[in-house]
Amino acid sequence: MKKTREEKILTFLFILPSVVLIAVFVYGFIGWTGWVSLTNWKDVVPDFTFVGFRNYTDLFQNLRFQISFKNILVFTVLFLVASIAVGLLLAILLDRKVRFENVFRSIYLFPMAISFIVTGVVWRWMLNPGTAITGSLGINMLLDEIGLGFLKSGWYTDPNVGIKAVVIPAVWQMSGYVMAMYLAGIRSIPQELSEAAQVDGASNWQVYRYIILPLLQPITLGAVIILTHISLKIFDLVVAMTGAGVGFSCDVPALFMYDTTFRGNFFAQGAAIATILLIFVAMLIIPYLRHGLKGGS
Amino acid sequence: MKCFKVLSLVLSVLLVLALGSVAFSQEKGKIEIFSWWTAGGEAEGLQALFDIYSSLYPDVEIINATVAGGAGTNAKAVLKTRMLGGDPPDTFQVHAGKELIDTWVKTGFMEPLTDLFHSEGWVEVMPEGILDIVSYEGDYWSVPVNIHRANVLWYNKQIFADNGFAAPQTFDEFFEIADKLQEQGIIPFVLGTKDGWEAAHIFETVLIAKLGAEGYNGLWTGETKWSDPGVTEALETFKKMVTYLNPDHAAFTWDEAYEYIIDGQGAMSIMGDWVAGYFFSKEYTDFGWAPVPETAGVFDALSDSFGLPKGSKNRDNVINFLKVLGSKEGQEAFNLKKGSIPARTDINKDLFDDYQKSVMEDWEKDVIVPSVMHGAAAAEGWVTEFKDVIALFVARPDVEVTQRALVQVAERAGVAQ
Amino acid sequence: MIFFAVFYLLPVYVLLATSFKSFAEVSLKDMWKLPQDISLDSFQIAWRGDASKGVTGLSKNFINSIYLVIPATIISSLLGSMNGYVFSKWKFRFSNLVLALIIFGMFIPYQSVLIPIVVVLQKIGLYGSIPGLIFIHCVYGVPITTLIFRNYYSTVPTELLEAAKIDGGGFLRIYRDIMLPISMPGFAVVMIWQFTSIWNDFLFGLVVAQKPSIQPITVALNNLAGSYFVEWNIQMAGALITALPPLLLYIFLGRYFMRGLLAGSLSGT
Repeated sequence: MKKTREEKILTFLFILPSVVLIAVFVYGFIGWTGWVSLTNWKDVVPDFTFVGFRNYTDLFQNLRFQISFKNILVFTVLFLVASIAVGLLLAILLDRKVRFENVFRSIYLFPMAISFIVTGVVWRWMLNPGTAITGSLGINMLLDEIGLGFLKSGWYTDPNVGIKAVVIPAVWQMSGYVMAMYLAGIRSIPQELSEAAQVDGASNWQVYRYIILPLLQPITLGAVIILTHISLKIFDLVVAMTGAGVGFSCDVPALFMYDTTFRGNFFAQGAAIATILLIFVAMLIIPYLRHGLKGGS
Repeated sequence: MKCFKVLSLVLSVLLVLALGSVAFSQEKGKIEIFSWWTAGGEAEGLQALFDIYSSLYPDVEIINATVAGGAGTNAKAVLKTRMLGGDPPDTFQVHAGKELIDTWVKTGFMEPLTDLFHSEGWVEVMPEGILDIVSYEGDYWSVPVNIHRANVLWYNKQIFADNGFAAPQTFDEFFEIADKLQEQGIIPFVLGTKDGWEAAHIFETVLIAKLGAEGYNGLWTGETKWSDPGVTEALETFKKMVTYLNPDHAAFTWDEAYEYIIDGQGAMSIMGDWVAGYFFSKEYTDFGWAPVPETAGVFDALSDSFGLPKGSKNRDNVINFLKVLGSKEGQEAFNLKKGSIPARTDINKDLFDDYQKSVMEDWEKDVIVPSVMHGAAAAEGWVTEFKDVIALFVARPDVEVTQRALVQVAERAGVAQ
Repeated sequence: MIFFAVFYLLPVYVLLATSFKSFAEVSLKDMWKLPQDISLDSFQIAWRGDASKGVTGLSKNFINSIYLVIPATIISSLLGSMNGYVFSKWKFRFSNLVLALIIFGMFIPYQSVLIPIVVVLQKIGLYGSIPGLIFIHCVYGVPITTLIFRNYYSTVPTELLEAAKIDGGGFLRIYRDIMLPISMPGFAVVMIWQFTSIWNDFLFGLVVAQKPSIQPITVALNNLAGSYFVEWNIQMAGALITALPPLLLYIFLGRYFMRGLLAGSLSGT
């Protein structure tokens, strides 16, 4: 549309508040954090002496940092694979025109509406392994009762399991979301396509394998990006459920950042962790945004 | 159009509601007291203080702002954001020593309390060692409410009596007893490590055992190097101790783990004397105590205190609360529950438990060293990293790597190695 | 499918079974058993608190969260609607770039703005207050509300606007008379999304609003659950109270919730 001068000004005024807020509170703050990460600020009073990349080199030697990064990688991979597998499976099952589809769909999706804190509190209780005093508790107790006692585990209290135990509630909370994405995707595929294949004698499995799944690839990509960025940022769930865990087996960078900044007073180091996290997220999101917005315009 | 009108009506009503609600934070006749005392014994001690305060100032509403977990590590993070944000609690719990002075006093967040110390006569009744660690540049900055001893070995008396054991004086004896207990299926060494600081607490006492009081003090000033063979020995000893732990230690906080001792399933443990307060609250009396092996004659001390931050909104109420804290009555009531001993020396000793009486005696004759895990010996940043390194050591007991990390941590804290 | 339904409902079962038990019945051994009698004791304590147990009730925090959520939701939705209108119908040079820069704000790890938030809010006197927290949620809510509205308004045929222009409608008239009236479903989606995510937020509350009198409910719940001697039934009752408002929204307005979810994922399509 052609714009008059007045309209141009109004256009500008309409987005001005948001643009200013985002410029300051997103980009200004990110820049400020980036600057802090290059300073010597390690007390409650700021110290803006420039120290170059020392905080970063210190971090790479820091054992806790190494562990928390390894943890987040393990967490992300398991969380991605499990959420996508479960989400896709549920979508396919639901697509088969089952009775009570609505009920099932609602059940799979409701955890999305809940705070990670609630999820963490509830699952901490359920995955509480119990002790020699109390005997098995939670899931372990249930496993005992149904004769699957060999599956018992120390869950998040076992340093060898650690962060992997946090994957369970994370999948519980997010796989319904993946299901919703896939279901919308499957439903948007023209029926004729699979019907034609079936006429040609393709089995149900073949229809999914050769027709539907390939068409769902863009959705998988979207899901991978959304889930990965949620996973990299995970904080609430870990705080509420486990904390850093024994030997930092449940530690994640976002938690380490909070700890080192506000408990340890290492503001500059905290800023460096935040900046590293941001770079990872940006590498993931920027191509996605470029692609998505180009496609839309 | 109609739709729009309804929507805008609803929106404006909600907006008015919301904005109206925003102006409610007028605080009169309140006092917000910030601490991390939520476990048995300590929560009751705090309540005892509140009771006295309320009887004196019945119109003041007490807001008990506790943040649970981690010997105060969670609370300290919360406190920091609030102080930086310019929204301090009216008064807050802080460990006397470096934590108080380095984090809050030197940086200008606190008001001095020197006048109060003189007018209430605390300078006469509190021992010099305690007054020292709450003062900076000639002023007093917080009111100490207690003295805790950190290097205590706790044991189940019944188990020791059944086996004819005496409290171990050396770590060799400790391991000997531990081996015998293990054969009987009793957990030799009980601990909960859920909050991440407990291991560092124990390691601190082992450091004192292996380096002596002077050597230990030197660690925090640079006179003792962290590469010292004594530190290696402490790590080796601690590594061996960990092998006698209850395997489910990660599932417990310190107090939960003590169920093993109360229950007779576990025999020994090392912890500060808040354990006494916990035992009192559980009405368990069959516990024995001794200094941590090889630390007899040394008193690893910490003190909880409360200060007055600048910008406290209820200053007068805080001053009154601090008076209660420092009073004879307040210190007695609090410490009877908490398991620690009062910071004042003029209290009625007869009120206290045998354990506390013995601590009072030791306090007078022992060499006092400041606890590091509990904020007295080193600045907070150092403590945090020290704690992390030792917590990691429990899961991955590599002496060499850990010692190197301890050296690095000290260097980062500005103490040349 | 039933298996998964059981997996998804298991925590709900535990929540309900534990929180409705009376104190007499709470025993670790029976955690999977249904309560014999329905008891509301745990809810009473979780809601009102119990000084003798040192438990502070969540009622105050629940109300704090409501005071927080309502204005933050409304303001961020309005901003989003204004932005969406411009970015879908009044594009300018680089408008897609500006849009992308705004949307990027919803993906950032908030850790990277945490330190400045504390410092700047202190400077402008908003730290440690509900208005301060509202402000923060408005700012960081703008990206998602803008995205959803932009996508929503993109579906409005441009011909409609052009016709209105020929009739003499200007920028504001079109927004008020054409866009807003058809925005109800858009507002429903955005507001439900914002309500849910602000209610469920933890990090901003943790860092900005820790004073007991203004703590939002998620922060209070985490603290309640962290206290060693708070019984599980109280924790579960607290968790249920915290989860209830967004769950009710989900149950009654689930289809808008779904749309919000999908809008958040399929950016720009």
